[in-house]
Amino acid sequence: MTGTIDATNQPVIVLQNLVKFFGRFAALRDISDSFAPGRLYVVVGDNGAGKSTLLRVLAGLMEPSQGSVTLLGAKTVREVSHRVGYMGHAPLLYDELSGMENLRYFAGLYGLHDDGICTRAMQTVGLDPELERRVGQYSQGMRQRLSLARAVLHNPELMLLDEPFSNVDVHSARDMAAVLGRVRDQGKTIFVVTHQAPLLEGVADESVQMSAGQIVFRQVMTRNPVVSNTAGGGR
Amino acid sequence: MKPVSVLFIVFTLALLGFSTYQALVVAPTEQTMGEVQRIFYYHAPTAWVAGLCFFVNFLASVAYLLRRNSNADALAAASAEVGVVFCTIVLITGPIWARPVWGIWWTWDARLTTTLVLWLIYVGYLILRRFATGSQTQTLAAVVAIFGFVDVPIVYMSIRWFRTQHPSPVIGGGENSGLDPAMWHAFLWNLLAFTCVGIIFVTARYRLQKLEDQVEAEHARLALERSMR
Amino acid sequence: MSAFGVTRTTLVKDLRMEWRSKDAINSMLFFSLLVVVIFSFAFNPTAEESRVIAGGLIWVAVLFAAVVALNQTWAHELRNQVLDAYRVSPAPPNALFLAKALGNFLFVVILEALMAPLFVVFYQLRSVGPLWQLVVVTLLGTWALVVNGTFFAALSIRTRSREIMLPLILFPISIPAVLAMVDATTTILSGEGTPEFWMKMLLVYDVVFTMVCLLLFESVLNAE
Repeated sequence: MTGTIDATNQPVIVLQNLVKFFGRFAALRDISDSFAPGRLYVVVGDNGAGKSTLLRVLAGLMEPSQGSVTLLGAKTVREVSHRVGYMGHAPLLYDELSGMENLRYFAGLYGLHDDGICTRAMQTVGLDPELERRVGQYSQGMRQRLSLARAVLHNPELMLLDEPFSNVDVHSARDMAAVLGRVRDQGKTIFVVTHQAPLLEGVADESVQMSAGQIVFRQVMTRNPVVSNTAGGGR
Repeated sequence: MKPVSVLFIVFTLALLGFSTYQALVVAPTEQTMGEVQRIFYYHAPTAWVAGLCFFVNFLASVAYLLRRNSNADALAAASAEVGVVFCTIVLITGPIWARPVWGIWWTWDARLTTTLVLWLIYVGYLILRRFATGSQTQTLAAVVAIFGFVDVPIVYMSIRWFRTQHPSPVIGGGENSGLDPAMWHAFLWNLLAFTCVGIIFVTARYRLQKLEDQVEAEHARLALERSMR
Repeated sequence: MSAFGVTRTTLVKDLRMEWRSKDAINSMLFFSLLVVVIFSFAFNPTAEESRVIAGGLIWVAVLFAAVVALNQTWAHELRNQVLDAYRVSPAPPNALFLAKALGNFLFVVILEALMAPLFVVFYQLRSVGPLWQLVVVTLLGTWALVVNGTFFAALSIRTRSREIMLPLILFPISIPAVLAMVDATTTILSGEGTPEFWMKMLLVYDVVFTMVCLLLFESVLNAE
């Protein structure tokens, strides 16, 4: 378990005049902002506002057209890729393998060979590690939870989650929100892009509103004093 | 257009006129092949220019991958297109020359086959540029260009060996064997003229590409500014 | 994790997935069988001439069957955008490339192991030259096809008309390798001449293009 990233409390992400073009369409328009570590940010906005694009640029999957991104003090995301976790719109999982097999493989990419890590990750998101069923036969909600498990397997300091709650039932979603809150309490930074912001009420630190490729509004949110949810059982 | 460019075009036209005169009138008629041999003064320089274009394409592609400079990519696109055009001319003038002289349209010797393969590779390159989606076009094209260029010497060597094992109809000792000194003149003038023509075409295409890039950039800038107000 | 480790885990995972679904191998095997049969109709095996060109035929047949294998190289990764997960991780891209290329190599060798006996039977082939030379030519030639094929399969992911893009770019560049395989095979089978030059040339081709692929794969993977 790592505590806060560093004592001087440097911002975890610094965006400088960030622009991203897709042909003639400006998905991100000249964004300059910085984000403090150890907080859970909820990124909201209409479709096409640029939320997913921003996350992909932060994850290093896309190069900015102009401007710069400084992540965890590094100029390129590749340098710190082992400290970043990403969960995309698509499940990013192999349909033909079981849950544990998927996690084992992705853990291997990060140099982790301990099965216990994978087991605990699955349990944290409320899935049964013993389940032999192939991911292709999972329900949408289960797949979503496994995708989250994959993203956080290597205990990253920075988590970028794109719509983690889509197609997840309300009860499991609240469990996941609580899990995220606990993870944040350990000092990690989490960005959650979601259309279901109310799920994170009381857990999130700050809401970030995007519109037409820009960050238009940031607001500190009130946190619940006590986090009372328990981790869900196997499903 | 800049005065230098106009001057160069005029110069090239004059040069072309002079070299054509050299090729069609001044140069002596070839003993065995007759007048049709004069195609050589077009065929060989065109091949040279095509090769030059592809070499420029290779350098520009490497430069693009190293620097991500869009000028390099524009040059790569321009030189590939012009190169394919010239290569097509080579592949057409060759058989036109070969048929009356040696009775065959085509043979699979090292030089012809390599030229054909080169043509295939770069047509594939152009198709890739058309079919790639979005901004990755430039990277993917640059990569293919490098593969293609590296392949060409290998192709040449393979076919050379293949042909020593399985000889094919000998083509009059090769086009450049024992060129009469009187013919060298015409050949060199045409070489120079065609190189200049090639430079003009590549430059023109390059400028066109840059203009297209500028239009895109301008659109992008407008799209950006629209939100700022 | 070391690049070698990543290559090994990826290869094992791919083989395991293929073993479960047997999607690719089934379609490849059936397609190769079809090709052999069609070739037997097109190039009459009873004729002496056909036996002379059998060396060429088998490689053309393998080439077509290999394209089927190569086209599905990245199918699993594309299905759920798994490539994103790989790109985000610290795992080196070349390890992924090598794993895929080795997997394809295995598949195509299995295809050859199936098609060769059929060709031998249909065309009554007999080898005058030493068999080990055939094996070397086969392995070198297969790697030549597969290494470039895997690379261009990745490249064609980012294009429209994906399935046609792969052979379009692969075939011209593979011409020297195919020529080498065909001529070497014919030479060995007939016992006339030595295939040493071809073997050396294939080796050079393999080394050069493996290096080029390894150098350029990261650019292609991250081209978005």
